Amino acid sequence: MDILASLFNGILIALEPINLGLAIIGVIVGLFVGAMPGLGSVNGVAILLPFTFVIQGFTGGATSPMIFLASIYYGAMYGGAISSITLGIPGASTAVATTFDGRPLALAGKAHVALVAAALASFAGGTVSNVMFTAFAPLLATVALSFGDPEVFALMLLAFATFVGLGGDDIPKTIFSICIGLVLATVGFDVVSGEPRLIFFDITGFSHGIRFLVLAIGVYGIGEMLWTINTSRYGSSMSNVDVSARAVIDAIKQFRHAWRGTVIGSLLGFFVGILPAAGATPGSLMAYGVAKLTSRNPSEYGKGSIDGVAAPEAANNSASTGAMLPMMTLGIPGSPTTAVLLAGMVIWGLQPGPLLFTNQPDFVWPLIGSFYISNVIAVLINLAFIPVFLWMLRMPFTILAPLIFVLSLVGTYAAYQDMFDVWLMVFVGVGAFFLRLLDYPVAPAVLAIVLGPIAEPKLRQSLLFSDGDLMIFFNRPIAGPITVIAIVLILLPLFKLIRDKLRQTA
Amino acid sequence: MQNKPEEETMKSIKRLVFGAVGMVLAATSVSGIAVAGGHGWEPTKPIDFIIMAGKGGGADKMARLMQAIVEKENLASKPLVPTNKSGGSGAEALIAARDANDPDHTIMVTLNSFYTTPLRQPGLKIDSLSFAPVARMAEDTFLLWVHKDSGLKTFADFLAKAKADGNKWVMGGTGKNSEDNIITDFLNDNYGLSMKYIPYKGGGAVAKQVAGKQLNSSVNNPSEALGFYESGDMVPLVAFTKSRLPMFPNVPTLSEVFAGGKQISWSYFMQRSVVGAPGMSEKAQAYYTDLFAKVYSSADWQNYKSKKSLMGDLMSGDELKAYWADQIANHTKILKASGAIK
Repeated sequence: MDILASLFNGILIALEPINLGLAIIGVIVGLFVGAMPGLGSVNGVAILLPFTFVIQGFTGGATSPMIFLASIYYGAMYGGAISSITLGIPGASTAVATTFDGRPLALAGKAHVALVAAALASFAGGTVSNVMFTAFAPLLATVALSFGDPEVFALMLLAFATFVGLGGDDIPKTIFSICIGLVLATVGFDVVSGEPRLIFFDITGFSHGIRFLVLAIGVYGIGEMLWTINTSRYGSSMSNVDVSARAVIDAIKQFRHAWRGTVIGSLLGFFVGILPAAGATPGSLMAYGVAKLTSRNPSEYGKGSIDGVAAPEAANNSASTGAMLPMMTLGIPGSPTTAVLLAGMVIWGLQPGPLLFTNQPDFVWPLIGSFYISNVIAVLINLAFIPVFLWMLRMPFTILAPLIFVLSLVGTYAAYQDMFDVWLMVFVGVGAFFLRLLDYPVAPAVLAIVLGPIAEPKLRQSLLFSDGDLMIFFNRPIAGPITVIAIVLILLPLFKLIRDKLRQTA
Repeated sequence: MQNKPEEETMKSIKRLVFGAVGMVLAATSVSGIAVAGGHGWEPTKPIDFIIMAGKGGGADKMARLMQAIVEKENLASKPLVPTNKSGGSGAEALIAARDANDPDHTIMVTLNSFYTTPLRQPGLKIDSLSFAPVARMAEDTFLLWVHKDSGLKTFADFLAKAKADGNKWVMGGTGKNSEDNIITDFLNDNYGLSMKYIPYKGGGAVAKQVAGKQLNSSVNNPSEALGFYESGDMVPLVAFTKSRLPMFPNVPTLSEVFAGGKQISWSYFMQRSVVGAPGMSEKAQAYYTDLFAKVYSSADWQNYKSKKSLMGDLMSGDELKAYWADQIANHTKILKASGAIK
């Protein structure tokens, strides 16, 4: 009950007018930053870090500045879904998986359903992770520590398996797509050997590796736009959307169909989020994969499944709260955003680490309290603005297409201020369009580019440990079962094939 | 795009205001002219602040602290924008800085990989001495860390255990042939050990692996291991410094311990310097030197320096360049001895 008393106290402090006001401003800023393609939570918190010193000068403590930054982080996780659904360009890398089903829903005139599902799933994900954070933070820090290299690799293997073993899609083409992604993921300097790899034509831009966001905007911005132009040559693709409040209420009722994706996303997202190696982007992609895998009608996914929107959105919110856990309890940032928050905490005079909860309860509990408050604020503001977002969809595609093109260019440049990335983005977009024309799925390639840079060093570090013995992935208590499940999932299509053959002969 | 005209108007308003203030001051006192005059060079756009290491490590924490101090004390008219470029033990960062299209707005936080990476990879064609010496902000220290459950209490215990375990004893570090790798090689060569070295992306990740008992030992900087030291999970056995660190008074230096049948006098430090991209103008270099001197003397920096067991005083200009030349010679010797270069 000690925890409940501390939490209650923390919520009361978070509700003080100044803190509540900061949380509302933070959430709104976050929503806009998140919705803008190219800008994500990291840009929001980095740009506004200086402002927190003003807040600190005003309030004295470290609590109010942190509440402000955390609410931006929160708002951005909600905002990312908006452009993913309405424009088909991921607002942030964490919202890439949301485009898979969000965009088809919008094209079918059900954008309001997708936006509401995203908002409510985000709320659910945020709530679940808040409760887990509150109750088990110190314990979960131990879990995060028990994940060594083989465990993380096994988890990544599982993520790949959920995308391969799905059936439905063409398996050889899925594997080909994953391989393209894996090859692109190796560009740049290798961590283990320190040697450069695949620096095409000695272009400096390749030395930092191919940035995920650049690819995501290329594939889903330019690629999607070309695709829409190609498929709608003979007709208008302007989607008919109902922007009335009644439609929003109706969409809220429909959300009950998305409970499964929401639950999977909330739990899986949080778990992936607390691992310092991962973060919200792999979390949301894995949640999508698992939701599709365990679904009774996986063929709906990619064509406009509400579950397919709810799972990644629940997961990215859940994972972003989860990522605060290693940052606060271990002092290790799991994502660029938490690295900025960590820097803030240091200059506000705090020492993140295993003792933070014991030494700084006056900081920790109001912050946790503010997670709950920001979550409620974010869902309310988001729902209220949905008619405005929907209005964007009423634009005819002849206006929307140039807008998407410009937003893709500006968004890519804004992210890293590098013209090389902009050219690469356009190149990737055109490439993705041709892959799609040839009926290759692009989502597995996107997944491989996110997970490849995590999985590859972990594989090699594990094999360095074991002197090349692959048994290291099987004889460890946590890694073993995960690896076995992953392998079974990969082989699943093969089993199905054999079963079908046997039935035919029988 | 829309910001530009606004910025311009803001600038002209500022100019007007400053001009007016300057005239008033000039009219009233001579010192007023100096205030209105200010620097010869000012940044005209956000400054690219490259971090030569991954997130969560010592260099990263320090760089982000410097940025925060600049913001907090309002020391620069344009913001520093930090980007982590940890690839290839800093090679990625060095290339990015060398090829920067605006050297006056590109600065970088460096480690010892500033010398070792160009030495090891001559193919990169990077000359460490071509970078503009801005400021050495500190020298970071190294300690040998193990998990408390290992039961090891002294450096001699460590040597005995690591020797018995052979290549089953795993040391983690940041990158291949990095500072951590140099210290590991030194211990292996001089004490007859055959520890296995596994490279990771950042010092924070390494400390986490030791705290989680995935690795046997590390040679983390104090700032990276502090949280786990305070919680009692990680124990320092020996310091690779010239004298004992005030924060760890009971931890002996390597030079003072007699272990494994010998006593070796050896110390190793990590520079924490800010450098300008090659080709930076002298005026810009003077601006940044002045900026980081202010960061150095701020209360926040001094506080961080003593709390994280950092040594070394502020150094800049030709003095810093001479220090680099000295360090390059020293590292050439070390890398030749370990066989990393010929």
